[in-house]
Amino acid sequence: MRLLGKRPTWLYKQPVRWAFLAATIALLLSFPFWASRYWIDVGFYVGLYALLGLGLNVILGEVGLFNLGHAAFWALGAYTTAILNVRLGIPTLALLPLSALVAGGCAWLISSPIIHLRGDYLCIVTIALGEIVRLVLINNPAGLTGGPNGVIGIARPVFLGHVIRTPLDFYFLVWAMVALCAFALRQLQRSRIGRAWNYIREDEIAAEAMGVDVRSLKLLAFVLGAALAGLAGNIFAAKMRMVSPDSFTFMESCLMFCIVLLGGMGSIPGTILGAALVVLFPEIFRPVAQYRLLFFGLALAATMYFRPGGLWPRRRAVEFTAGRAARP
Amino acid sequence: MLLKVDNVSVSYGAVEALKAVSLAVSGAEIVAVLGANGAGKTTLLKAISGLVPIKSGSILYDGQKLHELPAHVIARLGVVHIPEGRKVFATLTVEENLNLGGYGCAKEEVQKAKARVFQLFPVLKERRRQLAGTLSGGEQQMLAIGRGLMRSPKLMLLDEPSLGLAPLLVDQVFATILQINKDGVPILLVEQNARKALSIANQAYILEVGRIVLAGAARELAADERVRQAYLGGVTYERRLRAKESRATGNTPDPRG
Ligand SMILES: Nc1ncnc2c1ncn2[C@@H]1O[C@H](COP(=O)(O)OP(=O)(O)O)[C@@H](O)[C@H]1O
Ligand SMILES: [Mg+2]
Repeated sequence: MRLLGKRPTWLYKQPVRWAFLAATIALLLSFPFWASRYWIDVGFYVGLYALLGLGLNVILGEVGLFNLGHAAFWALGAYTTAILNVRLGIPTLALLPLSALVAGGCAWLISSPIIHLRGDYLCIVTIALGEIVRLVLINNPAGLTGGPNGVIGIARPVFLGHVIRTPLDFYFLVWAMVALCAFALRQLQRSRIGRAWNYIREDEIAAEAMGVDVRSLKLLAFVLGAALAGLAGNIFAAKMRMVSPDSFTFMESCLMFCIVLLGGMGSIPGTILGAALVVLFPEIFRPVAQYRLLFFGLALAATMYFRPGGLWPRRRAVEFTAGRAARP
Repeated sequence: MLLKVDNVSVSYGAVEALKAVSLAVSGAEIVAVLGANGAGKTTLLKAISGLVPIKSGSILYDGQKLHELPAHVIARLGVVHIPEGRKVFATLTVEENLNLGGYGCAKEEVQKAKARVFQLFPVLKERRRQLAGTLSGGEQQMLAIGRGLMRSPKLMLLDEPSLGLAPLLVDQVFATILQINKDGVPILLVEQNARKALSIANQAYILEVGRIVLAGAARELAADERVRQAYLGGVTYERRLRAKESRATGNTPDPRG
């Protein structure tokens, strides 16, 4: 406990951080040139889940809203892309912003009446929402979603005349997206909005009494997080070239939740690390396939016990636990 | 009249916490609301700052109907609520807590206000980089008040600032409240420590199970026999007080405890 629980504060020194960032980027850039196609695909999924995790991290990590229905927004993005591409022939990549917009817009409509709910109540309602969206997709409204079979025949995305088709192409597409979002979210974290989000997470009433517009800022987080899931949905649809309801189950929402908790609430690098673990774990434990979930559960429980702030907590959390330790 | 609370009732489900309460704060005075645990003091302040909805009545502040505005707008009008139990942000530093108090204000204004707060509470300046959760109770109370001062309040709502503090610190906190008031901030002070509150207030109200049962000038209330019996500990308290004065040391136990 002592050994594992010790906070390696040197990890947060500026030069170490830069060196680490450079090493990570170098690894991510070179990885597809020495890895097999199979592992490049795994790398793609790490990126995809990182994107989903970053979205949920805004909602759950920054503001502390328990959202266990995030897969619904992912599905909305994916279906928007699939339907509009197959029916109207709009290029897949052009649908990227629209997918984000649809997911974000739906999030606004859905969350407006429930955003005042606290903790577990919000959690239960979002679980229900996730299921409702999935069941609606299965029921094929107006013949649009293709029922349980989903929508097939999505065109490959074309970027500046280059058709994105190989695992390598998709790998770079998704990681470019992750880099862009991570950078933007980091700027947001340091802005007034980001600080207000954290105040709300710490104490909603006190924040409100200090003049923070709690309701609007919570809605903003929900819409933004959902829009990121919409982006992920677009890329996912383009990669699979089909979408079906069984990709967007409650289990997926749970995995995203785990990514944020495992990595560290409100921590961008933590979320990416969490995504890597959640995707790599089943791959590594493929030989003992039927015990995979057992190991996964154990790993989660161990993290919560040894590192309650997550594997890579936000700097603030580290200082706080250090401060508390100094004053028993 | 700066603040006029008129026949305000508040219910939590079946529990009626405030029953047609009326009070007023004018100019630059300190108005105290005294009452036992559960009398509805906190509820009254929450109703004014918009943190709980009122069932009937009205709350007028500077000509505006506060009961129709959301809490964050009320805060931006300069009505600053310093909640019970201090409620500082434990995971933020002292300085970040103060910055939050100036949320939505211009940068220069925040800097100026911070300098003022540090002048009033030098200990906060010393500990500006320390996490608020690691401050002592008294320091946290000072931080909570300092955070409230960041917005240049036009009316300060103070909820039991003496709660859980050692007697010496209580004196210090009340001296600060008096100082803030002298600098021109009207204060609505809610307290269980009736003697202390009456000693600095101009006007006072006594709240019992959601109703105002007595109101008047603080000096008159302090002399009122009913108030002395119920809130100032009657004869026993006077005796202890005299003993304390004769010893003239600061180490007497908390008279309430
Ligand atoms: N959130 C709440 N839900 C239900 N009842 C409450 C709530 N807050 C306060 N009350 C009740 O309202 C009454 C007044 O409480 P409060 O305003 O906190 O009193 P005081 O601050 O004077 O101790 C009490 O009976 C209390 O139990
Ligand atoms: Mg109270």
